[in-house]
Amino acid sequence: MRDVAIISFAQTQHRRAVRELNEVEMLMPVLVDVVAKAGITKDRIDFVCSGSADYLAGMAFSFVMTLDGVGPWPPISESHVDMDGAWALYEAWVKMQMGDVDVALVYSYGKSSPGNLRRVLTRQLDPYYLAPMWPDPVSLAALQARAALDAGVVTETEMAEVVAASRRAALSNPSAQLRGEVEASSLLSEEYFVAPLRRHDCPPISDGAAAVILAADDVARQLCERPAWIRGIDHRIEPHSLGVRDLTRSVSTEQAATHAGVDKDKIDLAELHAPFSHQEVILRRALGLGDEVAVNPSGGALAANPIMAAGLIRLGEAATRITCGAADRAVAHATSGPCLQQNLVCVLEGE
Amino acid sequence: MAEPDVLVAPSTIEYPFRRTTGPVIGAFLTALREGFLVGIKSSDGKVIVPPVEYDPYTADALTEIVEVGDAGEVTAWSWVAEPLDGQPLDRPFAFALIKLDGADTAMLHVVDTGGDPAAIATGMRVRARWKPPRPVGASEEDDATGAHRVGSILDIECFVPEGEN
Repeated sequence: MRDVAIISFAQTQHRRAVRELNEVEMLMPVLVDVVAKAGITKDRIDFVCSGSADYLAGMAFSFVMTLDGVGPWPPISESHVDMDGAWALYEAWVKMQMGDVDVALVYSYGKSSPGNLRRVLTRQLDPYYLAPMWPDPVSLAALQARAALDAGVVTETEMAEVVAASRRAALSNPSAQLRGEVEASSLLSEEYFVAPLRRHDCPPISDGAAAVILAADDVARQLCERPAWIRGIDHRIEPHSLGVRDLTRSVSTEQAATHAGVDKDKIDLAELHAPFSHQEVILRRALGLGDEVAVNPSGGALAANPIMAAGLIRLGEAATRITCGAADRAVAHATSGPCLQQNLVCVLEGE
Repeated sequence: MAEPDVLVAPSTIEYPFRRTTGPVIGAFLTALREGFLVGIKSSDGKVIVPPVEYDPYTADALTEIVEVGDAGEVTAWSWVAEPLDGQPLDRPFAFALIKLDGADTAMLHVVDTGGDPAAIATGMRVRARWKPPRPVGASEEDDATGAHRVGSILDIECFVPEGEN
C-alpha cells in the first residue's frame, strides 16, 4: 500500500441559506483556500474527485458546473460520486494506490436551501415501497431513535447531552452554524418535533462546501510538516429495507471499523458524522469508543450539516487536529442513506 | 449585513416515467390491488415483507412468494405532528415499522390514531385499512384519483389500531 495523507483542509462558513451565490461561487473560495493551505499551485494536482447530489441541485449532472471552479482546461483527470465527499476521498485514495497520482483534490458541496429538504430527500428512497408515502429523513431517523430508546441503547437525556456537547464544542468552530452554552435539562423541556426527536436532536439545514488535498509518500512529507496519514479506510453498506436492519446498531460501521483497524491502538479523538443526536450514541458503541475519546470537537453535524460535505468535513476536522499536533491518532466517520445505512470509517495518524 | 437583492427562478422537477416492476415487486403490487399482502422467503427461510428480489445478506435470487396477514405488530414508530405535502394523511399520524402476521421483517407504513399521539405504542397490534377494489372497466383517469386500489403501497390507506375497522 502507498501511504496517503490529508495535507490540507478548507470549508465554508456554513449557513442556513446562501442565496447570493450559486454552487460554483460558493465553492470557489474553498478551492482557492485548500490549494493555498497546501502550499501548491493548481497545476500540481494530478486528480480531482468531487461529491454532490443532483437531488439538491434539481438537475442532472449538476456537478459539471462546479468543474469551472477547478479549471478543467486543458483537460484534467477528474471523477465524481453522487455521494458525500468522504466517498470521493475514498475513490481518490484508491486511485492513488495505483501509483500514477501523487496529489489529489477532493471537494464536495450541497445547497439544501432552494427546495424543501425534507420532501426532496424522500425522492431518493425506494420508488415502490417508500417514496409514495413521502417518508422524510426526520421521520425515518425518529423511527430509529424510537427503536434505540425502546431497546435501552440510548436515553432522551443522553440525546440532549450530545446536543449540549455539540453546541459547546462549536463555540470554537468558526464554520459552525449552531453554537452556544445550553443545558441538557433545558433542552429536554422543549416540545417534540417528530417524536421522539425534538428539533435540536435534528441537524440544521445548511448550505456549504469543503475540500481536502491528498498527497502520497514523500510528496506529502515535502508539502506538509506533519501529514495526517490514512492508516485505514473502509466503507460498508446495509440492506436498503429499513425493516430488515437492526436499527439500534450500526453493523456496517462495526464492519468498517474492523477493516480500518480502529482498535489496533488508542484513539485520541473521533469526528463522527451523526446528523441526529441518538446516532452519535449508536456510532460510539459501534466504534467501541470509551469516555476518554474526545468526540466531535468541531461540534459535528449537529452544528452544521451541509449535505454531501458533512462527512468529508469530519475527515478534514480530524486531519487538522493531527496536523497541528493536538492528536496523534483519530477516527473519522461519514454516513450516507437513511438511519445510518452506509458508513465509512477512516483512521488517521501523525508520524 | 443587508440581505442582497437576489434573482431567483422556480424549477419544478418531474419524473414522469413508467417502469416495469418485475416478478417480485410486481407480485407484491398485484396482491395489493387484489387486497392482500405477500412477502418472499429469504435464503434462511425467513419471510421478508415487502419482498425483495435478492437476499439482503447472501445475494441469492429469491422466488418463493408467500402470503402474509394484513395485521401485525408495531416495532417502531415516529409521530408526525405536522404532515408534509404528499404524506398519506393530512392530520397528525405515525410512521411505523409493522411486522405483519407471518412475516419476519417489518414494513414501513402509516398508522392513523385519529390524531392522538398517546394511542400508539411499540408492540401494539394494527390492521390495514384498505381502499375499495378497482371497479371493473376503470380507466387510467379513474386510477389516478386514488379512490380505489390500483397496485400501489397506497392501496392501504393506513393501518389502524386492531379492532377499530
